[in-house]
Amino acid sequence: MAVVQTRDLTKVFKEGQLGAVNHVNFETREGEFLVFLGPSGSGKTTLLRMIAGLETPTSGDILIGGRVVNDLSPRDRRIAMVFQSYALYPHLTVYKNIAFPLKAQGVKKELHKEKVEWAALLLGIGALLDRKPRELSGGERQRVALARAIVREPAVFLLDEPLSNLDAKLRASAREELERFHRRVGTTSIYVTHDQVEAMAMGDRVMVLNKGVVHQIGTPTDVYDNPADTFVATFLGSPPMNLAELGDVIVGFRPEHFRPAGASSGDSVHFRLKVENTEYLGSEWIISGTLVGGKLEGKKVFSRLNSAQDMHVDTVCDFSVSQRELKFFDHTTEKRVEPRAVSWQ
Amino acid sequence: MAVARAKIKSIGAAQSPLLGAAMFSPAVLYILLLVAGPFFLAIFYAFSDARIGNSEMHFVGLENFRSILQSPSFRVAVRNSFIFTICSQIVVLVGAHILAIALEDKFRGRGLIRFLILLPWVAPIALGAIGWKWILDSIYSVITWVLVAVHIYKPFSAPMWLGEPRLAITSVLLVHSWRMLPFATVILLAGRTAIPKDIPEAAAVDGAGFWSTEFQIIVPMMRPIMSVAVLFGLIFTFTDMTVVYILTAGGPFDSTQTLPSLAFALGIQGSDLAAGAAISLFLVPVLVIIAYFMLRVAHRAEVT
Repeated sequence: MAVVQTRDLTKVFKEGQLGAVNHVNFETREGEFLVFLGPSGSGKTTLLRMIAGLETPTSGDILIGGRVVNDLSPRDRRIAMVFQSYALYPHLTVYKNIAFPLKAQGVKKELHKEKVEWAALLLGIGALLDRKPRELSGGERQRVALARAIVREPAVFLLDEPLSNLDAKLRASAREELERFHRRVGTTSIYVTHDQVEAMAMGDRVMVLNKGVVHQIGTPTDVYDNPADTFVATFLGSPPMNLAELGDVIVGFRPEHFRPAGASSGDSVHFRLKVENTEYLGSEWIISGTLVGGKLEGKKVFSRLNSAQDMHVDTVCDFSVSQRELKFFDHTTEKRVEPRAVSWQ
Repeated sequence: MAVARAKIKSIGAAQSPLLGAAMFSPAVLYILLLVAGPFFLAIFYAFSDARIGNSEMHFVGLENFRSILQSPSFRVAVRNSFIFTICSQIVVLVGAHILAIALEDKFRGRGLIRFLILLPWVAPIALGAIGWKWILDSIYSVITWVLVAVHIYKPFSAPMWLGEPRLAITSVLLVHSWRMLPFATVILLAGRTAIPKDIPEAAAVDGAGFWSTEFQIIVPMMRPIMSVAVLFGLIFTFTDMTVVYILTAGGPFDSTQTLPSLAFALGIQGSDLAAGAAISLFLVPVLVIIAYFMLRVAHRAEVT
């Protein structure tokens, strides 16, 4: 097991262009499950590939277990990677796929069988060892890819969107299985995804990236409840945090905190909302509308409620947000700032 | 779409079967006139004593085959045909594989290099072979000139590239390979680029070096497309006589004859049509075997 660390890591693909990864500094913890979360093109996969050794950094250092590995080939980094497509070797059986890393690294042949069977047992694919990858379902392929990754007991696991090829139903169970798997083996893992639900559910910590820049690293609750800037605030949560400019600050509040007047406790800010649309999602309602009166006249906002039978389109309702739930961001840097008094009227 | 297709079908095939027949008759005609015709004519000649310039013809049974099998030139030609075909395929496969690796990654001027490598294939084979004839000429050879200039050989004692049996065979073989290389390179390059990038990357992460990635992952994955390249190469080389004919015309002393060039030399140049036909019939069993494997590869490609 080892800690992965980067120092000022930068990758520029074409000279003169914006970097795909810019001055990234982070450090995993021992045995941690760290998630790189960001929209497509945020540089999260490039970052992962640099850690794997598949991409050469333009500048900066990568450390695995305290050792600079910039010049080491992938095979010398003691990492294992699960690719988005699983990248199973199509001409080899499951057994030979899993045994390949052992063979490639010169592990004694007598040990192969035992190790492959151990990995297969761990992932419950013991019955599939004689099949070829094309005879497997998506979920089985993922497990074979994981078994191939675990078989030589790597120091670090790198996972590049391993669930994105599965259908929605399978994804939820595969996610749970991955979590259980990580708890069992306890290897430091870095997981790349653009899916915030995956990130929140699986990550010990989440690192939010955009345009190659790290916006925030923190526990899922941290990044959700205390976003470092407006990007994190709007990228996480669905619908995203409501943001409104008020003088030199941007004020934000989550849709679930924007509730009918009276539901908020304590000191709160009041609004009037003209309801424009209501969506029933089974366990909750999403209300969208525009604010009426005050400085934010005409501002479009979302609300998430447990029940909203009495909200009708084109009616004007009273809403409020508790003062405690308001987040403040600097107008120019868009970074989080201390709460301050603002005038709403 | 389906409706339209059904309609066309009803107009074309069902209402007028003649139209369908008319549509594929050019293909049938082509095969009958240019493939089946000469083939059966060759069988017919092989059992006769047909000669150019002689209108009389008699059935002679297996006489032609008997005399051919006894001729030393024929035995040399059979041996050469197999040596040329097999060795040039090995040279081509190794060379094309190396070239495909080199040309896979992007670099400045890759387009130009790909074009240059393809050139021997596009250029008329006679032209290329004549170029080589000069390069390997006994008096004007640039290779000899260079070897003399760097003092490896004394003037006038350098080897005669096309004049000594062993060297001549090697020269013909290498020129053959040069000729086949572009085609195989293009096929193997296509095969390589069809392999998803993350397969070799996964192999790299799994700890495989260059050689084990190449031989345990890439080559096995490319086996179907490689067999296409090899089968085509086998047919092209086994039936080709241009290179031999231009470079050595089978000489010295028939030491570089192959089956097609010997058939041409005896049958057309030597006027002994019957002998030429009998020799060329010896190509058939080999070609049938190759064709069988080709069909199998094509069938497998269709199924998977």
